[in-house]
Amino acid sequence: MATSNGNGETQTKKYTAKDFASDQDVRWCPGCGDYSILAQVQRILPDLDTPKEKHVFISGIGCSSRFPYYMDAYGVHGIHGRAPAIASGVKTANPDLTVWVATGDGDALSIGGNHLIHSLRRNIGLKILMFNNRIYGLTKGQYSPTSELGKKTKSTPYGTIDYPFNPVQLALGAEGTFVARCLDRDPKHLQQVLLRAARHKGTSFIEIYQNCNVFNDGAFLKLTEKETKPDNVLYLEHGKPLVFGKENDKGVRLNGFTPEIVSLKDGKSGLNDVLVYDEKSFDLAVLLATFSDRPGFPTPIGIFFIAERKSYEEMMSAQIQEVTKKRGAGDLDKLLKSGNTWVVSSN
Amino acid sequence: MSKTIETLDDVVIRFAGDSGDGMQLTGTQFTNTTALVGNDLSTLPDYPAEIRAPAGTLFGVSSFQLHFSSWDILTPGDHPDVLVAMNPAALKVHLKDLKKGGVIIANIDSFDDKNLTLAGYEANPLSSGSLSNYQVIEVPITKLTLNALQGSGLSQKEMVRCKNFFALGLMYWMYSRPLDTTEQWIKEKFGKEPQIAEANDKALKAGFYYGESTEAFAARFEVKPAQLKPGLYRNITGNEATALGVVAAAQRAGLPLYYASYPITPASDILHNLSAYKNFNVKTYQAEDEIAAAGAAVGASYAGSLAVTGTSGPGAALKSETISLGIMLELPLVIVDVQRGGPSTGLPTKTEQSDLMFVTYGRHGEAPAPVIAAATPADCFNMAYEAARIAIKYMTPVYLLTDGYLANGSEPWLVPDAKDLSPIPVHFRTDPENFNPYSRNENNVRPWALPGTPGLEHRIGGLEKANITGDVSYDPDNHDFMVHLRAEKVKGIEKDIPLQDVYGEQSGELLVVSWGGTFGAVRSTVDRMRKNGYKISHAHLRYLHPFPRNLGDVLKSFKTIFVPEINLGQLAKLLRSEYLIPAVQYNKVRGLPIRSAELEEAIKAALGGAK
Repeated sequence: MATSNGNGETQTKKYTAKDFASDQDVRWCPGCGDYSILAQVQRILPDLDTPKEKHVFISGIGCSSRFPYYMDAYGVHGIHGRAPAIASGVKTANPDLTVWVATGDGDALSIGGNHLIHSLRRNIGLKILMFNNRIYGLTKGQYSPTSELGKKTKSTPYGTIDYPFNPVQLALGAEGTFVARCLDRDPKHLQQVLLRAARHKGTSFIEIYQNCNVFNDGAFLKLTEKETKPDNVLYLEHGKPLVFGKENDKGVRLNGFTPEIVSLKDGKSGLNDVLVYDEKSFDLAVLLATFSDRPGFPTPIGIFFIAERKSYEEMMSAQIQEVTKKRGAGDLDKLLKSGNTWVVSSN
Repeated sequence: MSKTIETLDDVVIRFAGDSGDGMQLTGTQFTNTTALVGNDLSTLPDYPAEIRAPAGTLFGVSSFQLHFSSWDILTPGDHPDVLVAMNPAALKVHLKDLKKGGVIIANIDSFDDKNLTLAGYEANPLSSGSLSNYQVIEVPITKLTLNALQGSGLSQKEMVRCKNFFALGLMYWMYSRPLDTTEQWIKEKFGKEPQIAEANDKALKAGFYYGESTEAFAARFEVKPAQLKPGLYRNITGNEATALGVVAAAQRAGLPLYYASYPITPASDILHNLSAYKNFNVKTYQAEDEIAAAGAAVGASYAGSLAVTGTSGPGAALKSETISLGIMLELPLVIVDVQRGGPSTGLPTKTEQSDLMFVTYGRHGEAPAPVIAAATPADCFNMAYEAARIAIKYMTPVYLLTDGYLANGSEPWLVPDAKDLSPIPVHFRTDPENFNPYSRNENNVRPWALPGTPGLEHRIGGLEKANITGDVSYDPDNHDFMVHLRAEKVKGIEKDIPLQDVYGEQSGELLVVSWGGTFGAVRSTVDRMRKNGYKISHAHLRYLHPFPRNLGDVLKSFKTIFVPEINLGQLAKLLRSEYLIPAVQYNKVRGLPIRSAELEEAIKAALGGAK
C-alpha cells in the first residue's frame, strides 16, 4: 500500500521490523539490555512512513555504538564521542535524511560531551539514543560519568570520587528541545517515546537506562522489577497528574518551590492537590529532572520536555534560499572576476 | 608647483605602526591601488597575535610590506627601500631591515618621551645622529591630520585615528599613485558614517597635497606598469584564492560545497569568505571545536557534498583521529592546513613550513593521505581545486598545505575563465545490482554510495573492513591486504599528477629543491645567481605525497641537493628516506619568509666556490 511520508514522497512498501534487521550476527553479550533497544527501534520504524534508505544510524565507540551494524539502513560506526559531530554533518548536508545517533554514557557524556551539548543547543534534527548503563562495558568495567559516587569498579577499587552527571538535567541545560528517559525493560513505553522522538523536529534526546549484565548488573533493578517498580518509577504523561505507587496511591505536590510526596490514601490529600504534568513546561521539566537525585523520590520516566523551535538545518536552508533569491544563483565566472580587476593588453 | 619624477624599476615599502594604527588597512589600500595601476606586486603583512597590544610597545608593532615593480617579481622583498614609521617602536623594530641609504618617513609627533621610553630609546634617534646612514624625512603626521580635520565635528581621538590615511596619501603622492580607488573604498566602507568618511578622505588628500607642497620631498617617483601576461587580473590573497578554489571545484563537480571549520589564525578568512557565498550552494558550519569540524565534514562527505575543513597546526593535530576515520571510510575530504609557527600555540600570526611531516605521517596506524602544497598566494586557487579533484577521484582525504605568508600575502592573479577549468567528474553509485561498498575500480577506488539511495543500504565504520564487502573483519590476512591496498591507492595517484619540472639545466652541480610558500624567495634567488653565472637549477615541489614519479631521477641528476625550508628539514628528511640521497639543508625558522640574500650565501657555501 502506498503511503506518504512527511516530505510528500511516497513509500510504496509497508515495512516490518524484520526489514530493518541487517544480515550481521548481533554480538552483544547474551542478556544485554541493548537487545531490547534494538528490537524496539526496529519495531517502530515501519510506523514512520520513511523509506528505509532515508534512515541513517551514526554511532561512536562502545557497546551501544555497534548498533548501526545491526540495522538494515545506512550507517556509520564512527569514532569515540564524535557521533553527534558526524551526524550533524550528515543532517545539515542532507536534511531529507532521518539521522539517528546511538551512543552511551561514556561516549556521549565523557569523551563526546562537547558535541552532545552543542548539537542540542543548535537543535539539529538528530535522534540521539543514549544507552546509560553507568559503566564502561567495552573496556571491561571502569566507572563512567553516570556511575554513582563511591562506586567500586576496576579503575576505582576504593570507590569513585567523581560526582556523576544527571543526563536529563544536562540535556535541558544544553537547550534540548526533546528530552526523555526510558527503560530498556519497558518495551511498550520505549516504543511510544521513540515514535515521538522520531517525529520531533530538532534534536531528540532519550536517556535509556540499560542493564549491563556483565559489568554493572542490576543497576536499575529497583526501577524494572515488578515488586519495586511501582513505588520507584513515576511515569510522566502530558496532562496527567503525577501519581505512582502500587495502587496509584502516591502523588507529587508542590510546597512553595519544593516538591513533596503525598499519600493519596491517608485522606489528607487528593488528586486535586497533585501536580499535573505539562511536557511544554521547562520549569516542571527542570524540577522533575532533579527527582532521580532526591532521596525518597521516584525516578521519572517518560518525556520531560518538548519545545517547538526551528531546527538548525531549517534555518541554514532558509538563509541559503534567501540569499540566493536576493542575489540570484551564483555565477562562478562572475565570482572569479569580481573585486577590483584590471586588464593587461597584449602590447 | 610640480616636482621631477624619477622612474624606478621596483620599490619595497614597509608601513609600520601600532597594531591600532591601521597599518594593515593602509598597506592593503596601497596594494589595491598599485594592482590597478598595473604593477606586479607581492605583499607581506606581519602583525602581532594580540588584537590591540599596548600602544607604543615593541611587541605591539604591526607592519605591512609591499614590493611592486615594472617587471615580474616573486617576493615581498628582503629589505625595504622606504620605512614609514608611525612611532619610535616601529622604527626600532624595523630599522634593521631597511636598506642602507633607505628612506625613513617618521611621524615626529609620536617621538615623545613616553613613546621613546616604551621603545627603549635613551635618546631620540631622529636627533641623535644614529640614522645618518638613511634619508630621514620627519613629518608631523598627527598634527597635520588634526589641522586638516579642524571643524570636522569629530573628537580629537577620532581625528587622530585618521592619520594612517594621511600617511597613505603622502605615499600615493610619492609614488605617483591615483587616489580614486581608496576614495571609492572609503565611500563604501563608511557609507553609514558620512562624517568619518569625509574625514578619512580629507586626511588622504591632505597627505597627498603635503607631498606636493612641502620642501621636504625633492622628487617623486613612478614605477611603470609591469609587462604581465595579457588577460584579466585581480589582486588576491592566498586565503581568498583557497576559498575560490574550493567553490570552483564544487561548481565544476556539480556538488554542494560544505565547509566546516573552527576559528583559528591564520585560516579563519577562508571561513569568512565562504560564508558569504551562500548562493553558490555553499554551506558553512562553524563547529564547536576542531574535532567537530572534521567530524561534520566527514558526515557531509558521506552525504554527498564536497567537504572541506580548514585549520592551522594546532587544529590539524586535533583533527587527526577524524582524518584517520576518513581514510578508513574512504570518503573524499579536503583538509586545508594554513601553517603557522609551532609547536603548541607557537607564533599564530607568523608563517612556518611547520606541518609537512605532521600531515604526511601524523596519524595513528598506517594512514596514507595525499599531501599537496601551494607555491604562491594565487596558486592556492589551483591547488585547492587540485586537492578537491584528487579527493573526489580517489575517495580519500587530501591535505592542502598553505601557510601564513601565502594566506595573508597577495599578488596579481590572472583570473581563469570558469569554463576553462577542467570539469571534475563525479559518479554516485545508484545501481543496487552486485553493490559492494568496498569493491574497487581500476584505481583501487571504492564507490561513493549516498544515504538516501534505494537498495544500497550499507554500514561503514572505523573498524577494519573486509575487502569488497566492507563488513567488519578481524582477519589477519585481510588486514595486511587492506593496509597495503590503502597505501597502493594513494601511491597510485603519482600516475595522475604532473612530472616534476626543473628550472634551469636538467642536470649538473646543484639543484635547489623547495616546496610551498618559499617558491618566490627561492626562484628569485636562483634566477639572480644564474644571471651571475652560477650553474644551479631549481625544482619546486607542489606534490609531496606521493612525490612526482620522476623525482628520484631528477634528484639523481645533480651532485648536490640543496633544500631550504622554514623548519628543521622536513622535506630534506622525506627526500633522504624516499630516495636514499644526501641533502644539504638550509633552515631559518623566524616566522618570516626566507631572505633571498641569506639564501644566496648559503647556496654559494654549498657550492664550495664552484660557479
